[in-house]
Amino acid sequence: MATDTLFTRGAEALKKIRRETVDRPVVFVGAGTCGLGAGAAQTLAAVREWIAAHHIDADIVETGCIGLCAEEPLMDVQLPGRARISFKKVTGEKASKILDSVFKGAVDTKTALVQFDAGDNKGWDGVPTFAEHPFFRRQTRWVLGNCGVIDPESIDEYCARGGYEALRDTLSWLTPDEAVETAVKSGLRGRGGGGFPTGKKWRFARAEKGELKYLVCNADEGDPGAFMDRAVIEGDPYRLLEGMTIAAYAIGAREAYIYIRAEYPLAIKRLERAIAVAERENLLGDKILGSELSLHMHIKMGAGAFVCGEETALIHSIEGKRGMPRPRPPFPAVKGLFGKPTVINNVETFANVPEIFRHGAERFAAVGTGTSTGTKVFALSGKVVNTGLVEVAMGTSIREIVFDIGGGIEHGAAFKAVQIGGPSGGCIPDANLDTKIDYEELKKVGAMMGSGGLVVMDEHTCMVDVAKFFMDFIQRESCGKCIPCREGTRRMLEILQSITRSRRNETGEQALQRFQGIMQLTELAEVIRSTSLCGLGQTAPNPVLSTLKWFRHEYDAHVYDRKCPAGACKDLITYRIVEEQCKGCTLCAKKCPVGAIKGAPKSPHYIIDEKCIRCGACIVACPFKAIETE
Amino acid sequence: MEQMIANGNMIPFEKGETVLTALKRAGIRVPTLCHIDCLPPVGACRICVVEDTATGQLIPSCSFPAAPGLSVATHSVKALKARKTIVELLLANHPDDCLYCDRNLNCDLQKLAEELGVRQRRISGERIAQFVDNSSPAIMRDPEKCILCGKCVRTCEEIQGVSALDFSGRGSKCKISTAFDQSLNLSTCVSCGQCVMACPTGALTERSSLREVMNALQDPKKTVVIQHAPAISVSLAEEFGLPAGSDIMGLMTAALKKIGFKAVFDTSFSADLTIMEEATELVERVTKKGVLPMITSCSPAWIKFAETFYPTVLPHLSTCKSPQQMLGAVIRHYWAGTQGIDKKAVYSVSAMPCTAKKFEAEREEMLVKGAPDIDAVLTTRELAKLIRMYSIELDKLEPAACDLPFGERSSAGKLFGASGGVMEAAIRTAHYLITGRELGNLVVAAVRSGVGLRETALTLNGLTLKAAVVSGLGNARKVLDEVAAGTSPYHFIEIMSCPGGCINGGGQPRGIDRENVKRRLAALYAIDAAATLRVSHKNRAVAELYEKFLGKPGGHTSHELLHTTYQARTDLL
Repeated sequence: MATDTLFTRGAEALKKIRRETVDRPVVFVGAGTCGLGAGAAQTLAAVREWIAAHHIDADIVETGCIGLCAEEPLMDVQLPGRARISFKKVTGEKASKILDSVFKGAVDTKTALVQFDAGDNKGWDGVPTFAEHPFFRRQTRWVLGNCGVIDPESIDEYCARGGYEALRDTLSWLTPDEAVETAVKSGLRGRGGGGFPTGKKWRFARAEKGELKYLVCNADEGDPGAFMDRAVIEGDPYRLLEGMTIAAYAIGAREAYIYIRAEYPLAIKRLERAIAVAERENLLGDKILGSELSLHMHIKMGAGAFVCGEETALIHSIEGKRGMPRPRPPFPAVKGLFGKPTVINNVETFANVPEIFRHGAERFAAVGTGTSTGTKVFALSGKVVNTGLVEVAMGTSIREIVFDIGGGIEHGAAFKAVQIGGPSGGCIPDANLDTKIDYEELKKVGAMMGSGGLVVMDEHTCMVDVAKFFMDFIQRESCGKCIPCREGTRRMLEILQSITRSRRNETGEQALQRFQGIMQLTELAEVIRSTSLCGLGQTAPNPVLSTLKWFRHEYDAHVYDRKCPAGACKDLITYRIVEEQCKGCTLCAKKCPVGAIKGAPKSPHYIIDEKCIRCGACIVACPFKAIETE
Repeated sequence: MEQMIANGNMIPFEKGETVLTALKRAGIRVPTLCHIDCLPPVGACRICVVEDTATGQLIPSCSFPAAPGLSVATHSVKALKARKTIVELLLANHPDDCLYCDRNLNCDLQKLAEELGVRQRRISGERIAQFVDNSSPAIMRDPEKCILCGKCVRTCEEIQGVSALDFSGRGSKCKISTAFDQSLNLSTCVSCGQCVMACPTGALTERSSLREVMNALQDPKKTVVIQHAPAISVSLAEEFGLPAGSDIMGLMTAALKKIGFKAVFDTSFSADLTIMEEATELVERVTKKGVLPMITSCSPAWIKFAETFYPTVLPHLSTCKSPQQMLGAVIRHYWAGTQGIDKKAVYSVSAMPCTAKKFEAEREEMLVKGAPDIDAVLTTRELAKLIRMYSIELDKLEPAACDLPFGERSSAGKLFGASGGVMEAAIRTAHYLITGRELGNLVVAAVRSGVGLRETALTLNGLTLKAAVVSGLGNARKVLDEVAAGTSPYHFIEIMSCPGGCINGGGQPRGIDRENVKRRLAALYAIDAAATLRVSHKNRAVAELYEKFLGKPGGHTSHELLHTTYQARTDLL
């Protein structure tokens, strides 16, 4: 059986597979979706060209994403006898120059990002190791451990790093009930957003009688700005499969579905391949590793509806019905897919499972806080220096994530807030930056863990505008089934739109509606929260409630002064020429695309507000900084 | 029974019941918009929320399981405020045209707004403009009035098994749509009108023929006659505030005469005629090894259902026209001559409990030289409107009798209004035709009681006839699958499109209250029990019609006028 070789290799062979030492040069290119977006395909082509031109016998490996999206495309080089070294922003043009120098044994520390543990090899001077690099230093990389490091298509590499040991040992040593209890003991909670204890969920499904049970992996990942699940699948697909197989053993499922959005073609390709290989290696299919466990894995592509992340809607979608939630109870663990007991967990939850079963529930539970154990992956984005994927131990403060790992705010601007938990989440202002990553702590400050979206906002971000963005998203993604969510979110959006609309652009009736609307905003929010059918609707008002809670003064400025303090709501900005500073050079008038600037040459100009479209061309054109906005 | 608390009092519930069911039993009303009693709850409208007094949370009573220890307040300020806001949200996207709406004074949304004290347009915003779909000959759809409760979708799919409608689009673009957003006439809609019955607003209505009828009544060159279906006399009363199941046959006839119809005929007469033709056809098929089982053809939505979903079953359908079309044919091609009127001058109206009859009257198979036998079909609801429009006060009328010769009927013909009625009438006559004796007390109990599929067997002169009765197209599917597979054990099957038959037809007074349907049913059986003429073959007017005009059942003239053909419509799938 092929599987034997996966587990019976000698230490030397494993070292080779892990590339602790290499016989010939290896060039790695981070070719996840994010890397490809930054130009990794050109980098890859340039690397191939360079290797061919220099007649070097080298391996080229496409890896997933290591997490530092801000510096992509990333290219690693490992020369025989030398530590693996990572270079940042390696675009197609730069690749050959970097390769030229590194193959000569020299690196420009400006382009080098980080170097791997040297081990028996010689390290590189002046290049930080993972333990030293500020972005990686504070992370606890369990789920992302292999991402960007290994070849995601190689089951050998996964196994050489301890992969499938957890499954092998679970099948040999634990009964399904013991497996459930291990999950319970670990304290693992749903990483998709709800935070329901995973072990408890498994226990419910385990307790259900019946031959047929289903296991479903939710890889729908619909939050704007979230890409944790995609990175895990692209960078380390076998980890997900192993986690799911252990879960299936625990609850007694023989059929499993991965519900993944069709917008993730690379992830789907990796999964398809991984499933085929795992079946070949007897890690999926009938009698897995010679045990009584049989598991058949199916991929179901979703059409990318946010609501299909809700478990009952997801079930409907897999069943071929319209993705609309249904009332719970009955909960899926009792009556789920095709009416059978079903456990639904998200990708990150399953990806934690091998970790728990390999090193024990105790070690997992030891990391984190009392009620939130293990780690959490966040997609860090927005106005932060180091955007990308970070994995931190529970209990890490938001300040650490934003300022230490994230490197602080871009362009030295002042921090304003982070939005955590996507459209259903909330924002955390300056005053609460020391809040710890913990399901309960976050709830206390009016936010939620969510699936891992973390958007950093600075002083130039308008919080009313942020609320408007999320409200727009939610009202478009509402399934339309229940009235409060379908009709209410739309009206809330309209109210926000009216607040950010200039008086010039509204009719008398609209102005009246604006006043009515402001008075209704919180009332509407309360009805939507308390009466909506599913989680999407119940949390839909959160962006408004949370920004209103912490940034009421910004709302007030919009409503009463009709001004946007952050200068983001274009409609509320007024452009003005400061008479004393204007020399009458006419440059601004010439640049104005709508002819809104008038004035005789050599005398101060003025702007006709009704005509001005607030494009900012005049500010750029003015050599005397005579144009102001307010 | 276990107990829970509602408004401070203990109320009983059975295990597995929802809070709403328990409340209903205890006589506590909680309004709903999307709930359908006989189907699993969907929890879409959220109008039924009640407050859980322990947590202060609002829970949807329609889907929340009742549990011991649960305590709810059905009309707490919080619950009432939530309900009111939800209604206001609906109204914000609803056309302000109650006065011009078909459902004015009879609309669930309007009633709810009134009950909850909506007196001001607090919430306003953009309204979504949509087009009216008037493509179907039977049903009009005005999506702007739709509140997306989904009752029509569930009725169409889960009760009727047609699935012509479903949700499409997301968020505020969400709407009820046919496949590929085609107009209704190009969809698989069978025009049964059950969606119209379920609709809480004016989004679904019949396509009205009132104006045509009124114009004809005014036209001196036209002789306007009307026939009314067996189920109408026991349901029309509800439109005038009388209890369900009141039989107002005489008053209705009087009202129609007062409106100006030259003759008022009873479709029950042609039901008797149908029995003569259909019984003859059945005997022919049984004795001459024709296609069996034979299936009834009175219900036009069922015909379209078969044409669309079961085209291979079409040879099993009786070739008999429906009673409406039979009477339409003899009125125009026989009665007009007896009255010395040009048959083209007859304007033939029918009052039916059905929306699909509008579609049937326009079928190309029903046209004679391009002209229809039935010029206009009115539903029970339209008939009530007509009576109101002519300012007729029913209570001030003297009951009148239908006009002869098509006013005489047996109570067997009257039973056509209920599911099982055609079968019962056919069995009574078949018994007589084959044995020469009347059937015992004439009641065929096996086809009367129960829901879904009912079956009976009848041994006559050593010949055992097996028969089945089914109503509701969803229920019919199982029987039809057997027929299509060639494994059906029956000789004769009665299929009615609407659950319970014509008394619950898509043209009846609005609502899906099963109690009303039961009362209408009881009224029909009471009429039968009290009748002296209870079998179709003893209807002298029918016999006379054969004598003077048609010849014999199944004869040449009959075939010309009383039988029809069908067409497969698989292109709609």
